[in-house]
This record gives sequence, structure tokens and C-alpha cells, in this order.
Amino acid sequence: MSAAQQYIDIFRQTKSMINKHSAPVLNALRDDAMACFEKAGLPTKKIERYRYIDMEAMFAPDYGLNLNKLDIPVNPYDVFHCDVPNMSTLLYFVVNDAFYDKLLPKVKLPEGVILGSLRQAAEKHPDLVSKYYGKLAKIENESVVALNTAFTQDGLFIYVPKNVKVEKTVQVINILRSDVDLMANRRVLIVLEEGASLDILFCDHTMDENNFLSTQVMEVYAGPNSHLDLYELEETGLKSRCVRNMYVRQEADSNVLLNNMTLYNGMTRNTTEVSLVGEGAEIGMYGMAIEDREQLVDNNTFIDHVVGRCRSRELYKYVLDDSSTGAFAGKVLVRPNAQKTDSQQTNRDLCMTKTAHMYTQPQLEIYADDVKCAHGAAVGQLDESALFYMRARGIDEHEARLLLMFAFVNDVIDTINIDVLKDRLHHLVEKRFRKELSGCASCKICK
Amino acid sequence: MLEIKDLHASVEGKEILKGINLTVKAGEVHAIMGPNGSGKSTLSSVLVGDPKFTVTSGSVTFKGKDLLTLSPEDRSHEGIFLSFQYPVEIPGVSMVNFMRAAVNEHRKYKGLEALSAPAFLKLMRERRAVVEMDNKLANRSVNEGFSGGEKKRNEIFQMAMLEPCLSILDETDSGLDIDALRIVAEGVNKLKDPAKSTIVITHYQRLLDYIKPDIVHVLYKGRIVKTAGPELALELEKRGYDWIKEELGEEV
Repeated sequence: MSAAQQYIDIFRQTKSMINKHSAPVLNALRDDAMACFEKAGLPTKKIERYRYIDMEAMFAPDYGLNLNKLDIPVNPYDVFHCDVPNMSTLLYFVVNDAFYDKLLPKVKLPEGVILGSLRQAAEKHPDLVSKYYGKLAKIENESVVALNTAFTQDGLFIYVPKNVKVEKTVQVINILRSDVDLMANRRVLIVLEEGASLDILFCDHTMDENNFLSTQVMEVYAGPNSHLDLYELEETGLKSRCVRNMYVRQEADSNVLLNNMTLYNGMTRNTTEVSLVGEGAEIGMYGMAIEDREQLVDNNTFIDHVVGRCRSRELYKYVLDDSSTGAFAGKVLVRPNAQKTDSQQTNRDLCMTKTAHMYTQPQLEIYADDVKCAHGAAVGQLDESALFYMRARGIDEHEARLLLMFAFVNDVIDTINIDVLKDRLHHLVEKRFRKELSGCASCKICK
Repeated sequence: MLEIKDLHASVEGKEILKGINLTVKAGEVHAIMGPNGSGKSTLSSVLVGDPKFTVTSGSVTFKGKDLLTLSPEDRSHEGIFLSFQYPVEIPGVSMVNFMRAAVNEHRKYKGLEALSAPAFLKLMRERRAVVEMDNKLANRSVNEGFSGGEKKRNEIFQMAMLEPCLSILDETDSGLDIDALRIVAEGVNKLKDPAKSTIVITHYQRLLDYIKPDIVHVLYKGRIVKTAGPELALELEKRGYDWIKEELGEEV
């Protein structure tokens, strides 16, 4: 039986249960989504944008699914200590795929802001949610999205009304917690109306040493003149498999910063697509991956300059040790009408060993003639002359290497606008390079 | 302090140093001159342990220790310092972090505790003054975007921070204008000490106007072919190297 077939079968057998524990708005898309998935199957390596990751292998194992929404006996506040503490953030938890609502921050959100369970929001505000849900993440284009849409029951919903600024940083901790191997299908929907502003940090963790497969589909609407800083930090485990698909639509003069940092993982695929549909929109898309052992990170990005006068900045850096693998594909499309586009893409990678592999594919498609577009990709080793220079000043070779590796990823960390988070990241990255960080460093259970 | 005996070294299989003999005593300033390609920079690179060069035979003793068995970092800890002819740019590593790591590694080697942040910054301030380097440079990445003069000044600043007993200045005067040359040379002189020695590698007399050598050597084709007092540098400035080649029986 193919890996895809088992999901098709499970869906048939459990559809009523899935629906029962979700909301009509979410249920409405399931059948079409499954039909798309049945037609397409799981992506194979024959598809160009999946050339460097074995999706079959990710989905093939027999994971449990908590479709009956049995309570996970855990109070995340008690057992969980995130590596990014003391940020005085508004802290929320999503356990597997469900928003944890038993204990919420006492701080009141600004008037009109909705932040909570997607399922509950879809029940309480069906018109609002259905206006946006499943519109950017198209089930016919991506079979992983189709699968997620068929199975997802809950997740996170954030709505920031017109001209409202959420001053405090929102921190969402995604925890994978299970006593058996588990698959979780999480959904995130973020809507910023005109002039709205939000800073949000997602921290992904696993709390058990089981095999986890998580799929997450995130849809982000950035209204005119809105502002969003969205950071994602993955510190999971070697047995964690993550497939994240993010779709962002930006209206005129909106400003979005995405920063995806993989500090520790098993196998991760991030698909990020940004569509600039209003003039003057700006996107900063940044990422880094620090890997060793057999870890794999595959970042597949697409920036679509639909209209003119938009600006995109993209910078991804990888440091690959041992037998790890990194893949980066960055497609930038400048459509015929997108005059005065200003786009820059950079990918830089360090392979520390002969067995580490990096695949990088910058792809620019430009159909307008009055644009400024630059791209560059380079894979290499640490600068030997810099290394010797440091040693000649008495810095031990190992320490010199660490300093150079740290310096290498520094400009990605420097794009973070939240100072405490930036400081924390410096510290975490240093720990990571010193191999003092492991996926379960942050939770009590594994200690 | 330093004793080099019959030192042979090669790079990529090509022999560059063909039997160097040189003794430097504490407090002495030696100048090494010579035409391009004679092996001057190779000698300095070999002394600090640049892995690009291979020592094929001979010995180097520094303060009684076999220098050639030490790692580059330990040679630095023992007190050897090279002012690089071409200082390396290290984007992303700030001068402050770079120097803090270096100073603290030196202290660790001596069994001392790491300097506190205020004490370290005070030391930076003091030593910066030696070469009139401003605070802005200290906060930038190592040598990144520095002008030629700033890079050389930065080398002497690092020398001031690390207080070596043997400093090797490899064409520290190249690429410097007259003012920068004066600042760098004065910096070197301020750091002079009867217990410390200096080897100055240069093509020109003008640096030696500031840093007075006790002994001048001419390096030619991988060997020291002439050694004399400071007057030799003046003579070379006037007459070039041809007369030395003639003395060696070469046709010019």
C-alpha cells in the first residue's frame, strides 16, 4: 500500500469523527481536499520542487491520529520551559493541533482582536473565518495542503481589526506531545486588517521521544498598510518530521517580515509563498538552518511580484555539519506589470564536512523591464585565511571555528526586530554550535 | 630569544627557504631586507606556523622551546606576534569579540582568569590610544572595510593588546602614507621594551628611520647573504641589491 493510500483509507473510515470534532467551515472543504489528494498523491522526487526531500518516507510510517480529540493529559505551563523566556510576551500553547485554552494569559488583548482556537472561531464567527479559510492555501496546487485541509480539526486563528496594534509580542508554542507515534495536522489563519500591526513568535517543540509528523498550513492576510513580524523557531527532535506550508498575501504598503530559524530538527520542509498584490508592499524573508547528524532542512520559497513598486529581500543561511542535508529554492517572479520592482535574494551555505550536502536553486523569472533584481547563491567552507589569522592571535582553532560560524549566521539573526529575542537567539545559536543544545533541552520531561 | 638554524621550507613543493640561520636576542631590533621573492614573507609565515608552508628541515628555538612543534595559537601564547602584510577581513566578527577571545585565551594559557568586561574595555581604550585608533573601528567587524592604513594600525593595536615578546612586522610600511607610517612606527616604539625583540621586514629605509634596527640582514634566494649594522640599510637604499648579487658572483 502506498503511503498516500493509508491516509485515503483513514479519511474514509473516520470522516464523521473528524467532522464531529471540528467546525462546519473547516468541514466544508474536506471532501474536495481529499479528492485533490487522491488525484495527486504525495509529492515524489520527480516533481522539481520536491527533488531533495523524500516525502513518501516522511508520510509512510504508521502514525497515530488523535481525531477523536482525546484530552492530552498535560498542562504545558507546568512542564514546559521555552528557550525564549522572560520576553514578557503574550504566551499561548498549541498542543499537537489543538489550541490550549484552559489557562490563558491574563492580559487583555486590544478591543476587537481575536486570538484563539481556529475551531472555536469558526463556530463563533463563521462568516469571518470562511471569508479567508482555504483561500490562499490551494488544495489543487499542493497535495500536502490538500491532505492537511482534509484532516485538520483545529489550530490557531488571529484577527487584528483595522488600525489596531497588538503592542506586546505574541508567542505561540507549538508542542508535539504524545505517548505513541503521532501525526498532527495544524492550521493557522492570521488576518490583519488595514493598518493593523502584530509581532508573533512561533516556537516549535517536541516533548517526547516518539516519531512525530506534523503538517501545518498557515494563511496570512496582510491588509493595506499593515505590519507583521513573524518569527518561527524550530527546536524539535531527531525523530520529528515537519511539513509547513505558508501562504502570505500582501496588500498595498503592507510590511511583512518572516524569519524561519531551524535550530534543531529531524526532517523539515518549509514551503513559503508570498504574493505582493498591492503597490508599495514590502517583504523581508529570512531564514537559517543549523544542522548536523542526518538532519535535513528544505526551504522552498516563492515571492510573486504581481504589481509594481514592491520590494522583496530574501536571505537564507545554512551551516551543515556531519551528514546533514540542506536545500534551498528561491523563486522570484516579476510579472509583466510589476515595474519598479526591487528584489534581492541571497543564499549562503557552509558545508563543514565532505558528507554534508547543500542544494541551492535561485530562480528568477522577470517579465518587466524596469526593475532592480539581484540574486546570489554560494556554498563553501570556512575561510581558511580568517581561521589562521585568528589562530595567529592565540584563539584556539575550535573556538575560532565557532566564532566564524557564529559570524556567518549573524546577519540573519540581526534581522530580528525584538531585542530580547535577538539576544536570546545569539545565546541559543552559540549553544547549538557548541553542541550543548538538543531538541529536548527545553522540557522537563526528557531530562 | 629566537634561534633559527639551517631552516628549509617549501610551499606547494617549491623550496623557498634554503637554510636560514638567524639569532635574535632580547631587546634587539633586526631588519630583514631583500628583493621581491627572496623569501621574507615565507620566513615570517613559517615562524607563526601558517599551515600553507612546510618546514622540510632545520630548527627554530624560541625561549628555549622547539617552536616548530607548537600550534599557531600556542606560538601566539608564547609571545610571538606577526603583523600581517595582508590583514584578513572577518565579516561578522566584531573587533571587540575578536580581541576579547584572543586576550582571554592568552590569559587562560598563563593560568589567569578571564578579564571582566569593564577591565577589558578599559584595556581596549588604553591600547587604542597607542595607534590613535578611534572607537568606531573597534566596534566594526575585524578589518572589514578598513582602509590599508587602518588595517596596519589595527595590527599594531592588536600587538599592543597582546604584548608579545617577539614582534614580526611584515611590510607594515607598505601601502601607508607618511602620516600613517609615523603613527604606526611611533606605536611600535611606544611598545618597545628591553625584554622584547622585533623583526622588521621591509623594502625601504624610511620605516627604519623611525624604528632603528640594531642589525640588518639581506635575504636573497632563501638565504641570509649579508648581515651588518644599520648602515647596510642606508647603503641598500642608495645602491639597490645588484652589488650584493655581484658579491655573490652572480651576473647582473
